[in-house]
Amino acid sequence: MNYELPEQFAQFGDARKNGFLRVKSIKENGGKVAGTFCTFTPQEILDAAGVSPVSLCGMSEETIPAAEVHLPKNLCPLIKSSYGFAVSDKCPYTYFSDIIVGETTCDGKKKMYELLGDMKDVYLLHLPQGDREHALEQWTQEVQRFREFLEQKFGEAIPDEAIRDAARARNKERACRRRLMELQKLQPPASTGYAIYKALEGAGFYFDVNEVCKELTRLADGLESDYAAGKRPVSADAKRILVTGCPIGGVLEKTVKAIEAAGGVVVCFENCSGIKATLDDVDVDAPDIVQAVAEKYLKIGCAVMTPDSRRLALLEKLVDEYKVDGVVEIDLQACTAYTVESTTIRRKMESLGMPYMAIETDYSLSDSGQLATRLEAFLEML
Amino acid sequence: MTGIGIDIGSSCAKAAVTEDGAILFWEQMPTGWSSKDTAEALRQKLCAAGFDPVQHPCIATGYGRVVVPYAQKAVTEITCHAKGAQALFGREDLDIVDIGGQDTKVICLRGGSVKDFLMNDKCSAGTGRFLEVMANTLGMDPASMIALAAKGNDAGISSMCTVFAESEVISLIGKGEPKENIACAVVASIARKIASQASRLREAGVPAVLTGGLCEASYLQKALGEAMGAPIASCPQARYAGAIGAALLAEKLPKA
Repeated sequence: MNYELPEQFAQFGDARKNGFLRVKSIKENGGKVAGTFCTFTPQEILDAAGVSPVSLCGMSEETIPAAEVHLPKNLCPLIKSSYGFAVSDKCPYTYFSDIIVGETTCDGKKKMYELLGDMKDVYLLHLPQGDREHALEQWTQEVQRFREFLEQKFGEAIPDEAIRDAARARNKERACRRRLMELQKLQPPASTGYAIYKALEGAGFYFDVNEVCKELTRLADGLESDYAAGKRPVSADAKRILVTGCPIGGVLEKTVKAIEAAGGVVVCFENCSGIKATLDDVDVDAPDIVQAVAEKYLKIGCAVMTPDSRRLALLEKLVDEYKVDGVVEIDLQACTAYTVESTTIRRKMESLGMPYMAIETDYSLSDSGQLATRLEAFLEML
Repeated sequence: MTGIGIDIGSSCAKAAVTEDGAILFWEQMPTGWSSKDTAEALRQKLCAAGFDPVQHPCIATGYGRVVVPYAQKAVTEITCHAKGAQALFGREDLDIVDIGGQDTKVICLRGGSVKDFLMNDKCSAGTGRFLEVMANTLGMDPASMIALAAKGNDAGISSMCTVFAESEVISLIGKGEPKENIACAVVASIARKIASQASRLREAGVPAVLTGGLCEASYLQKALGEAMGAPIASCPQARYAGAIGAALLAEKLPKA
């Protein structure tokens, strides 16, 4: 498979790098930045407060040794990498963050936030654990408390109307992201999964929702017109793979690229940067806009919830919609929530007659060869 | 149709030739430090036996599958082992345990196709390497260590990790534990590890078979069968399962 990114993708590859300059200029112009870790962060509240959210999820093993001075070795590489970037001051986003927003997601992150709190101003949102009747009420209170915290910290009221405006803009962004992902429903799909993922990831570093929408639309338009003109970047024989599991930004090369090098194509990412966070919109006309925001985020299916029925339901829907041939779960080493839940997912996939494979990996390259063999064998099996 | 299969494993390289499903030729040699040179040495042996890869379709498998210049295609060892075991044991439903030099695989063959498989993560516990390290500590080769294990009682090794298990072996030696009891503990430890890996995929009633370089280690086979709760069969040619499977798949390759 050809890995030359189509020209229209180039800009997204640079987005993260150029983002450094953007974030610097935001700060120089008196702007505020919030570092975030999770798709549960209610971005609309930050937007309405005039604070630019940026993801701080560490994706490189470079800073892990620095993190292991304080953190145990046998911990998720994402947590170690992110913490390492903060202690070593190697990440400009972390460096420029006025505040870091975390959620009570997994145990490793919760405890890491406590340590991070010694270095940075950390605000922790308490997520409900699952689908209790009072979950929405509790989460709405948390989102409201977060709003009040921001009002106090930055000394400026956040009017409801500002939250509604932010929700309108984010709904539009989510629609643009969905449109790009849905081009993979085509048979054969419009692009390699790798290129789509890079574009979705890069879009998180623009800091301007309108600009993100413009770029994503330009990209989708380009792919659509190429397709209409008969361009087929992916072979019709390529096995259609759905990827689920942990955040995969740090292991993309040895997983997604390996799948696509072995003759498969990732048509759907269920993970954090993929569909699950963009599927639902905020009801901008709801009488209580804070509750409407809370409701949107609570619909995200994630293994930190128990039971995680939303993830199961979403996967069942996606394997059908994207005409998937096989499901690959990519989990990060020592991620209790996802690795334990993989048994539930395996059972679900068995009941659907859907081939399934789970791999557990970290940010090092030492298992690349073995992973490639396993992914290749999985594709041969389909 | 004649097909050639080359299986470059981490410690042993194998070649096999099949014709219309019948196994005509098999050969093995240590992989050594250069997979490329080994592939060439196998080619010469094949030519000497009258099976020039230029004249017959050839598939390469094993971790060195990409360094066999004369193979038309590379196929993973999972698919090849499954195909080879199916032919060797004459069954379409099998649970295949392959103990390789650097990884151990459990493959579920159902109706003649791979339905599922598991491979150990990056860790040498439960692999041939584990046995090599332990045998080395006892000053023996793996085959004699396994044979000696049959005469001993399990002295108990608790760690699954090669490095920690090795230090347990050293402390058992220090305590004066008879060698056969330590050997027995090593075999029991690897049998438990593999049985636990296999239990994730095992289906009651499906026969289990052992492939790979330990196919003639009868005591290991016995210990593994006990740990898995059902006998595990093998045969001397099972070490060639990957190469045989590759050869059978090569027979089906479209003519170049």
